[in-house]
Amino acid sequence: MSVVLWGVLPYLVIATLVLGTIWRYRYDKFGWTTRSSQLYESRLLRIGSPLFHFGILVVLVGHIVGLLIPESWTTTLGLSEHAYHIQAITLGGVAGFCTLVGIAILIVRRRTTGPVFMATTNNDKAMYVVLVAAIALGLLTTLVAIGAGAHAHDYRQTVSPWFRSLFRLNPDVDAMAASPAQFQIHALVGMLLFAIWPFTRLVHAFTAPVHYLFRPYIVYRSSDAQVPAPTGRARPGWSPVGTADRDRRSR
Amino acid sequence: MRVMAQMGMVMNLDKCIGCHTCSVTCKQAWTNRAGTEYVWFNNVETRPGQGYPRRYEDQEKWRGGWELNKRGRLQLRTGGRLKRLLSIFASPVQPELADYYEPWTYDYKTLVDAPLGDDFPVARPKSLITGEDTQVTWSANWDDDLGGAPEMGHLDPLVERVRRESEDKIRFELEQTFMFYLPRICEHCLNPSCMASCPSGAIYKRSEDGIVLVDQDRCRGWRQCITGCPYKKMYFNHKSGKAEKCTFCYPRVEVGIPTVCSETCVGRLRYLGLFLYDADAVTQAASVPDERDLYQAQLELLLDPHDPAVVAAARKQGIPEDWLDAARRSPVYALAKTYGVALPLHPEYRTMPMVWYVPPLSPVVDLLAEQGHDAEDRDVLFGAIDALRIPVEYLAELFTAGDTAVVTDVLRKLAAMRSYMRGVNLGRAPDTSIPASVGMTQESVYAMYRLMAIAKYDERYVIPKAHVEQAHELEEIGCALDYDEGPGMYASSVFGEASGQRVPVAVETYHALRQRQTSDVPAGSEELHGRVNLLNWDGNGVPEGLFPPRHDEEAPR
Repeated sequence: MSVVLWGVLPYLVIATLVLGTIWRYRYDKFGWTTRSSQLYESRLLRIGSPLFHFGILVVLVGHIVGLLIPESWTTTLGLSEHAYHIQAITLGGVAGFCTLVGIAILIVRRRTTGPVFMATTNNDKAMYVVLVAAIALGLLTTLVAIGAGAHAHDYRQTVSPWFRSLFRLNPDVDAMAASPAQFQIHALVGMLLFAIWPFTRLVHAFTAPVHYLFRPYIVYRSSDAQVPAPTGRARPGWSPVGTADRDRRSR
Repeated sequence: MRVMAQMGMVMNLDKCIGCHTCSVTCKQAWTNRAGTEYVWFNNVETRPGQGYPRRYEDQEKWRGGWELNKRGRLQLRTGGRLKRLLSIFASPVQPELADYYEPWTYDYKTLVDAPLGDDFPVARPKSLITGEDTQVTWSANWDDDLGGAPEMGHLDPLVERVRRESEDKIRFELEQTFMFYLPRICEHCLNPSCMASCPSGAIYKRSEDGIVLVDQDRCRGWRQCITGCPYKKMYFNHKSGKAEKCTFCYPRVEVGIPTVCSETCVGRLRYLGLFLYDADAVTQAASVPDERDLYQAQLELLLDPHDPAVVAAARKQGIPEDWLDAARRSPVYALAKTYGVALPLHPEYRTMPMVWYVPPLSPVVDLLAEQGHDAEDRDVLFGAIDALRIPVEYLAELFTAGDTAVVTDVLRKLAAMRSYMRGVNLGRAPDTSIPASVGMTQESVYAMYRLMAIAKYDERYVIPKAHVEQAHELEEIGCALDYDEGPGMYASSVFGEASGQRVPVAVETYHALRQRQTSDVPAGSEELHGRVNLLNWDGNGVPEGLFPPRHDEEAPR
């Protein structure tokens, strides 16, 4: 069982993530968007969205540091396990809390603002469940750690070695199997999130526009010849006004 | 000097009757799709008025366009790159749907389906966003013809500014004094701030003709361009989650026919043609310290297509000969630079807009005519232009960053043309002092009159076709090379109009359209290559080629 969960599943998830993203990028560039709903409502969005996004970015950095950097390195740098633990829990707790509050605001907004709710697809709803579960379970591990105080489980002895071993193609199944249940569930939900990632609107994160900082302001382009032959079908973005997409009964 | 070609437009506002035909035909062609219900690539505003979206010219609020930073360098009004990237999660100054309007339709079905009863069924307005009943409270031209101006006229940002500047000299007569229509499309700027705001780099300017387009496959819906564009001519498609904008009808322009808005303009007030400009000088021109010098700086960017040095540089850049010829015949260059009567809209945004406007003399003429003056007499007109400060100041806020001298100059030229040509038409000896008083010659006044009053279709629209040798560089014409069969290559082929090999949709449609509009014979009856076309046969008579030709000299049996 452990081998399937911590030795096989991670590779399936990585394969889905990579291949799914490539497939999506090749065949659905038109659907690759944030699908912003700011046009409908921006008062709540202006609070919830930055809270969530900045929170999750800090959480991401925290995960990278916690999972990729071996404990021995930080110890060499003179950072004791206890000190590391305190700062990780504080920073991670605050960021995770912000993220959760942010997404709570966004979900309330999505449910209560008519047009935003109508623009929410089933895909979005499923994605929100997984995303919220991942964030909540992550925060739970932090809360458990705070509750346990000095006796908190040191995931850098179990989860992190396992995570790093995945990339050495020699998964340390036992290390992960030795971690407490809340870490295992969080990791599983996290894997589920990454598996569905390419097929949801979350893909916009992969095209985070960092190159904006470096590109010239004015873009001249002599367009290429890559024109798809007309298929006879309606092209995306050309659905007529006032039909199925807006008919509430058919939803 | 890097010479580039730019398709430009000039609109002569004196001729606009505010019929909205351009808006409606544009909407039919481009934005009658789900997600763009509220979008008007072309809209016509009554000025003074709030415009669409409401008060879009209030850049204190919307923060569109460029400004000079402390070091005197050009910077987006919303700040530097890092600051803008940090505000990406919730664009702080993006207009909401309420700033445009909530699109609606009517529940027409109840008119037909309602059960028999004592009351007449009514078609209720239904929101196209929520599908629920809605109250129609605003639209893209709600304040048309100054509707509601006594109550809402002061909400026009320009009215506010004119008032502020002239203190209490203007009271509420402003709204009653004058009115004109302002049709607006995307400005296809030389220094577009939408493009500079786009985090993905999806917005680009075509190097062949300067048309600004959004790459729908690269746009990620960060919606920064909507804030960036000071004219608010970038729109968010709320179904696809992508930005969309006026395309300058590039599929039509590539085959040499005018944009839909120009083609269908009832007043024939639009002119299309080429500008040649120096692409290397754009940033410098957009950075002049004084806003009021921007108009002049923009004029200086436009290169004289008759100048041999310019022609040589243009050839070196690979601009084809027929494009250079079109640039020499360009009506937009003539109006903007040769005669200097067309002005850019809001040059103070520093985007170097390429849709120009001939400011209307009609507010002045109308007022004079109403008061019983001779509105075609030079001295009366000149006096009125000087005396009617409010319309002139308003126009200056619109076209020259508040510099009334330029607007006065243009209006005097228009007035001079009017009164000079009146003399000519009445058979009087031409009054040479009139052109001289505005620094023109009789010949140039006459030529300007011809262009503005009687220019025909091919003089108003000088559109060089996209080149076959550049074909692979342009979207729609791309595949056309494959079946180059000479002049008739897009004509109707064997199986009727638009049959045969697949052609990119725009090229196919517009060539077929052109064929139909210019040919004397019914569509589809051309060369049949020995076969019979039954698809275009409407049942009357005999389809051509079905039977051998009848020989009349043969005696009937």
